[in-house]
Amino acid sequence: MSFSEQLDSCSCVLLRLGERRFALAAEQVAELVAPSRIFRFAHRTSQIDGVILRRGRVVAVCDLAETLIGKRLGMRRFYLIATRGRQSAMDWVALPVSGECELIQADLTPAGASDSPHVAAWLSHDGEVIEVLNLNALTPGLVPAPAEPEARA
Amino acid sequence: MRLKPAPAVKPLRTEQIILFRSSNQIFAISSGSVQEVRSVDSLAGAAIDVSEPRVDKVRHAIRRGDRNLYVVNVALHFGLTFSAATLVFVLRKSRVALLIDAIDKMTTMTMLQALPNAFCHEERRWYRGLTVLDQSVIPVVSPEGFLTRDELSLLDARSATAALPPSSSAAGLELNP
Repeated sequence: MSFSEQLDSCSCVLLRLGERRFALAAEQVAELVAPSRIFRFAHRTSQIDGVILRRGRVVAVCDLAETLIGKRLGMRRFYLIATRGRQSAMDWVALPVSGECELIQADLTPAGASDSPHVAAWLSHDGEVIEVLNLNALTPGLVPAPAEPEARA
Repeated sequence: MRLKPAPAVKPLRTEQIILFRSSNQIFAISSGSVQEVRSVDSLAGAAIDVSEPRVDKVRHAIRRGDRNLYVVNVALHFGLTFSAATLVFVLRKSRVALLIDAIDKMTTMTMLQALPNAFCHEERRWYRGLTVLDQSVIPVVSPEGFLTRDELSLLDARSATAALPPSSSAAGLELNP
């Protein structure tokens, strides 16, 4: 069952980008880490800033701020490491966020046909209506169904 | 949910690599892919100018036997700022030579991680993957990623009319695979 089909009460992580807050399903969040060294190399995927090393794994850093709030983050306080895809083709992305994150339980309202593809659902928290993000629509490189070739030694 | 550590790679097989610089960025290439290292100066007189606007990262060709080798400017290939190249890697079993700034060092890698799926454009062809050396992430280039079959055809058509002087290998450093 996909995330969008199981919309009811759900654990979500609230994240802050600039002045705005967004949410991710908690099951998609691996961890929140302090900014670490970012490694940059030549590539052509514009949404990707570079990569960070986390527990021996190379994780792509994907800045969502430009897409979601129209400007890049001036200050990055943390990286929220999120997962995309399913079991065999699970992929990790590091999302720069500008404030501490908060785990909440909230009732979700399904996204409507007129909502942007990056909106998986909506939730209401502290009098604020917040977008629950669809990472697959928001980050580049959809995870393919068949497994990628294994890393070689 | 905790981030699982990267899956252990077993058994550890090592691979000799050359770290090289182009436009102040470091790349790695398998030393087994490099047949010869030459100075740019040694190519003077042995290379001809090639001008194919659709493949502007190639400006020179070298005649080897009955084939042309095309010299790819690595900085232009990766969209980096132009830099003063001093060395040429002639690739093994390939029609490509690489114009680079300098060799950093030769070393050994024990692990090659796949490029994260979020990278979804030309870089998937450019790189075999990423390796971690001294807590730094280095992209490992794919020798096949520098020129496509179509680009080679364009270059062949363009240089067919030009007379290429044969290249001497005397000024090069042969690398054993």
